[in-house]
Amino acid sequence: MTEMSRIVRTITSIAFPFSMIFGLYIIAHGHLTPGGGFQGGAVVASACAMILVAFGSKWTLKKIKEQQLSVLESVGAICFIALAFFGLIFGIAFFNNFLVGNEFLFGVIPKGLSNINTGGVLPLMNFAVGMKVVAGLFVIVLVMAYATSEYKQNPRGGHK
Amino acid sequence: MTITIPDYMPALIVAVPLLGAFLTPLISKINGKIRNGFVIFILLVNTALVFLLSYDVITNGIRTYIFGSSQEVTLPIVRILFEVDAMSVFMGIIISILVLISVIYSWAFMEKNTGLDKYYTLILLLTAGMLGMVSTGDMFNFFVFLEITSIASCALIAFWTHHAESIEAGFKYIVISSIGALFVLFSIALLYGQYDALNIAILSDAIQYTFLDKVALVLLVVALAMKAGIVPMHMWLPDSYGKAPSTISVILVSATLASLYGVLRVIFTLYGNVLDVVTRDIEFLNIKVMTGQWLGWLIILLAIASILVGVIMALRQTDFKRLIAFAAVAEIGYMFLGVGVRLASVFVENGNGLTVVHPGFGDTALQGSVFHIMNDALDVGLLFLVAGAIYYATRELSLDKLGGLARNMKYTTIFFLIGLLAVSGMPPLNGFASKLIIYETTFQLNPILGIIAILCSILLLATFVKVFHSIFLGPPLPQYKEVKEVPKSMLLAMGVIAGLIIFIGLFPEIIYTNIVQPAADALINYSSYITTVVGGI
Amino acid sequence: MIIGITLIESGVNLFLITLGYRKGSVAPIYTSSSGGIMALPVPQALTLTSIVIGVAVLALMLSLVIHIYRHYGTLDVRHVRRLRE
Repeated sequence: MTEMSRIVRTITSIAFPFSMIFGLYIIAHGHLTPGGGFQGGAVVASACAMILVAFGSKWTLKKIKEQQLSVLESVGAICFIALAFFGLIFGIAFFNNFLVGNEFLFGVIPKGLSNINTGGVLPLMNFAVGMKVVAGLFVIVLVMAYATSEYKQNPRGGHK
Repeated sequence: MTITIPDYMPALIVAVPLLGAFLTPLISKINGKIRNGFVIFILLVNTALVFLLSYDVITNGIRTYIFGSSQEVTLPIVRILFEVDAMSVFMGIIISILVLISVIYSWAFMEKNTGLDKYYTLILLLTAGMLGMVSTGDMFNFFVFLEITSIASCALIAFWTHHAESIEAGFKYIVISSIGALFVLFSIALLYGQYDALNIAILSDAIQYTFLDKVALVLLVVALAMKAGIVPMHMWLPDSYGKAPSTISVILVSATLASLYGVLRVIFTLYGNVLDVVTRDIEFLNIKVMTGQWLGWLIILLAIASILVGVIMALRQTDFKRLIAFAAVAEIGYMFLGVGVRLASVFVENGNGLTVVHPGFGDTALQGSVFHIMNDALDVGLLFLVAGAIYYATRELSLDKLGGLARNMKYTTIFFLIGLLAVSGMPPLNGFASKLIIYETTFQLNPILGIIAILCSILLLATFVKVFHSIFLGPPLPQYKEVKEVPKSMLLAMGVIAGLIIFIGLFPEIIYTNIVQPAADALINYSSYITTVVGGI
Repeated sequence: MIIGITLIESGVNLFLITLGYRKGSVAPIYTSSSGGIMALPVPQALTLTSIVIGVAVLALMLSLVIHIYRHYGTLDVRHVRRLRE
């Protein structure tokens, strides 16, 4: 996929940090406002897809390899299932919310208007799911762009 | 000996393959053999857990597990509930045995392929999906696991991306499967809107037979039967089974059987209270038609169509795996035949009141059907593994081009002979035991159906004898002179299944009284499923 | 075909969300809410799960379409028919 004109590239470079910050806000406040892991992850992934469309797949593949994104995705998934198993080891059941009630991490029980330090295991699971969704959706779009661009360079007919 | 197992065991049988699936991409960066060993280790641990859980459930009763809080069952239930009863562990045993055998087989079979880390990850994800599907007690959770199973199996069907037909088969599979799953979601939304509950036990307790419930019943049964491969919705089955890698065909058999479990759960447990409701009262003929009766006759009709279509189409095929796939369609028809006989064999006695009578042969038909699930999974699995062995040795699956392989591949010939006799219901192998029960009970309901069932079984024997002759017997062909026997791990996998087939065939009593009868009883006496959750009617 | 499946999925998701509406209710957000009856939040969680599943199925189908185009040279389903009876 070839890159677009200079105007588009400049505006994309300006708009990309704002989109990422907004997506991270949606992931981080998932237990207070609408949003959470998947929704925020989809916003961040669409910001990354904007970069891919504006700058071309060759440039993006020089900056980030598919292997690194695959590792990031696995790390996110392992964090999620490890939090579920910690609910079994430190708590009473699988997927239990074992961080509610302690003073240190996310354990404050809210009354009325709540701050971000509440919710127990939920914000951590939101981060894990967000990491996995960003890596997963970005690698899907990246590989599709790379595959179709390679097809245009050496096409094969309808044989076999 | 009493083994007390911890109460989080139902969650472990789904969580352990999931953990393995997420760890496999990282481990496969180290080495290929370490990854294979890790996958087989996870599957061995999971199979041991399933066997422990099944021993406990069959001796002690239904086991429930609530995710995320303490284990007291208090109404209203707002969390996801896993409810494992005898039918669930029966399916769990079949699924874990088939996946373990398939992964041992694919150590040598898939050795020369690239992208194997994704292959093993998807197999573990598929195992987690199937085991979750059979052990959950919540309708929406069942839908989520159904979609996990269909997405993972579609990606595995299209694994050989250099064959054009595999991609086409995978595309057909995902389109049909996703439309079916969306209709399942629609029915679940209908039931949720009416009763404000997603738990199977609570829904089954609260269901009244309104018009929307009838719509939901029909949509659920048709969509789940489409995933199980009943005519006229069977179109995806020959393509997918025929063009997937052989190990994946074996795992796909257990995925379709898990959808069959879904049909049984919906009919017998979710709508268990309304199966005896009289829906239509034809006065002048003095006939009362019950829900179970028209549903049963509909299922019998579809089952007979499946058996006929499966056997007749299998006669015409020249591709080996496609032929086995059509035989699998016929076997699914036999299972549905037993279920339909059980549903259709109730009648109303016009004595002093209206008493609903269940004749004894209906329960036996359901037991035969459930026994046939296990036998068919093993038989068709063995046949697919033999097809894989032939493909590995000769790279060729067309019946026109193969011939005279019995001189080079002696063990494979013996295994194919065992599979052939088992599928067509010959004594002393296991197909005979379950098919005899189905023949007898169908004959008692209606003699014509029994005769059709026996004749189609004989036709299946004729088809497979033709296949045996054309592949293995005959003069040796010059292009297959250097064909060697397949590696030891593949022979070991086939040998284990053949040993199980012979064991079940010689001693069917052990399996029948200990595993099959509790499973069928758990379906017929559905009230214990409800009272475990709702707590006393 | 893919657009059709996306339409069915959007329809079922819309149906699932509207099951949660109660007469005169507000959005079920607990932070700085304006009081009154709230709509049911459970169908919203179910719909979110269904949308995620729909995205995964869509990604898989599009990848298969890329492969089909590379093998068959056409996207017309009447010509992608090598598997017959």
